Amino acid sequence: MSEQKPKTIFEKIWDAHVVKRAEGYPDALFIDRHYIHEVTSPQAFDGLRKRGIKVFNVNRTTATADHNVPTKDQHLPIKEALSRHQVETLRKNCAAFGVELYDLGHPFQGIVHIIGPELGLTQPGMTMVCGDSHTSTHGAFGSIAFGIGTSEVEQVLATQCILQYKPKTMKIEINGKLGKGVVSKDIILYIISKISASGATGFFVEYTGDAIRSLSMEARMTICNMSIEMGARGGLIAPDETTFNYMKGRKFAPQGAEFDKAVEKWKQLPSDAGAVYDVVLKYDAADIEPMITYGTNPGMGMKVTDRIPTVEELKEINEQVSFKKSLDYMGLEPGSALLGKAVDYVFIGSCTNARIEDLRLVASIVKGKKKANNVEVWVIPGSKQVEEQALKEGLNKVFEEAGFELRSPGCSACLGMNEDKVPPGKYCISTSNRNFEGRQGPRSRTFLASPLSAAVAAITGKVTDVREYI
Amino acid sequence: MKDKFTILRSTAVPLPAENIDTDQIIPARFLKATTREGFGDNLFRDWRYTPADEPISDFVLNNVSFSGKILVAGKNFGCGSSREHAAWAIYDYGFRVVVSSFFADIFKNNALNNAVLPVVVTDKFLQSLLETLQQNPQTEVIVDLVNQQISFDGKLEKFEINAYKKECLINGYDDIDYLLSLNKEIREFDLAH
Ligand code: SF4
Repeated sequence: MSEQKPKTIFEKIWDAHVVKRAEGYPDALFIDRHYIHEVTSPQAFDGLRKRGIKVFNVNRTTATADHNVPTKDQHLPIKEALSRHQVETLRKNCAAFGVELYDLGHPFQGIVHIIGPELGLTQPGMTMVCGDSHTSTHGAFGSIAFGIGTSEVEQVLATQCILQYKPKTMKIEINGKLGKGVVSKDIILYIISKISASGATGFFVEYTGDAIRSLSMEARMTICNMSIEMGARGGLIAPDETTFNYMKGRKFAPQGAEFDKAVEKWKQLPSDAGAVYDVVLKYDAADIEPMITYGTNPGMGMKVTDRIPTVEELKEINEQVSFKKSLDYMGLEPGSALLGKAVDYVFIGSCTNARIEDLRLVASIVKGKKKANNVEVWVIPGSKQVEEQALKEGLNKVFEEAGFELRSPGCSACLGMNEDKVPPGKYCISTSNRNFEGRQGPRSRTFLASPLSAAVAAITGKVTDVREYI
Repeated sequence: MKDKFTILRSTAVPLPAENIDTDQIIPARFLKATTREGFGDNLFRDWRYTPADEPISDFVLNNVSFSGKILVAGKNFGCGSSREHAAWAIYDYGFRVVVSSFFADIFKNNALNNAVLPVVVTDKFLQSLLETLQQNPQTEVIVDLVNQQISFDGKLEKFEINAYKKECLINGYDDIDYLLSLNKEIREFDLAH
């Protein structure tokens, strides 16, 4: 036999999950873990009913309610009739098909991409899908995780497989030391600003380099989370000691001797020397500064100290119309700076930045300070467990004294679907992942930034360079 | 499963904006339904209606000159959320084809799974089609899936489509039919895995 060709981690995991590869067909890829939530699953369960079939393997399926839930008074019935109906439908479907549901009030409830990792359901080497584009978050563990549509949710419920063509691979390598005030959210906003909101479409990204290695698991999740914002199918980071330490002792992680065995297996995952990628990009961590977006897609980002480009500075002429429309929507002038721009809302939450480390970062900045009068500040923990931990550490007191509102877990104002919305025309500095028109509520205006930058803006009431503060 | 698709002749609706994300196609607050129907009414809701639900007259779907089963849109159509509701809304409104020079991955899959054909054309062809439609809204566009070509006004371009997905569209098959046929192999894999 000839020597095995060196493989990327992505190829190793993919190849280990192909149930069937047939000429002229996409691969039938086995899915280890399927996460579901109330918004993208009802039609899929209906499909199963119509076909008269069961869920293929309920042990591989986990459900929670997150998108469409209120973040206040979660013990009361949901006020809005359609939202209530959607959550009730999830309950009924999970009960009827025997799927585990972490419902409102359950100690494990939370945003689907936050609870999977914290429960140890998400593990290195796995394939994972969810009817939600930010499923890419789970790639931080060295796994293949991607978002799917509802027809595909039905396929996975019915067969535990999905039909997929293997995407191309891209390596993004970041070396060097991160500067003061720069956190993982800035890294990913920087990358997207460089390669655009569609720059990685058709690719699966692997993030490497010592700057990535130096990050905690939670910080890595923030990076993988936003892979989709540059069009990538998903993003992953090879597992290492940081990963294993994080996994150890988690509720659904392998335990005892099983854990050690698993670690041995996980150690085989990283890409082989000489593995080939379709595209390789390299950046220097020292070039990355605190970032902010000014437009209506996540690729429209800049250093917080920069000014917005002018129309003439755009590289592509045919982008000019969209660019002007975008700035019109944002109520901003081409060529102007954002520093000092007053904001009305600060949203600290979402599957990008609502883990305990994010809340700690925010608390570290605001401790002993008060929010500015012109802003309303919402802190929405990503899960019940994060909320509990925040209470245990007394972060709630820090927030309370600062005049922040700490609410209960859910997607909240990340997507303008539930009760939490940014009002029309208002500016919100947000730790979430999308600044699309109307994303946080009809005609709302979003500046995406790191939890540090959001925290400082809460204190000053305006877009501020966090480095002046720490 | 779905409708079968071979050839479509229709007028078309131009929407030149780039990076049209799925939050524009169907805003999140309309995702509360638990069935697949009725999303067409809210297609491009916030571009189509004022907050008081008045039609916005200069939006193309409110312009009576334009109609048809083909939507022609700018680059990077369908980026953002994985919500299949975007494809359902497009289908429910009556579109069967979306033409653009670039589609986001998840949207493309979702469209194909819902009998909506995404046709990828070159930037040049797209520009010329958009301009022609704006000058003459009655222009007939022909999308021929079997021969993988799109044409209007004597201009023609070939387009790529995955052979398997093409089969599915022409015959109205679903991915799930194929996967269900693998049941035994999948069971064995699950046990051994
Ligand atoms: S927090 Fe936002 S991006 Fe994340 S799953 Fe919820 S809605 Fe989607």
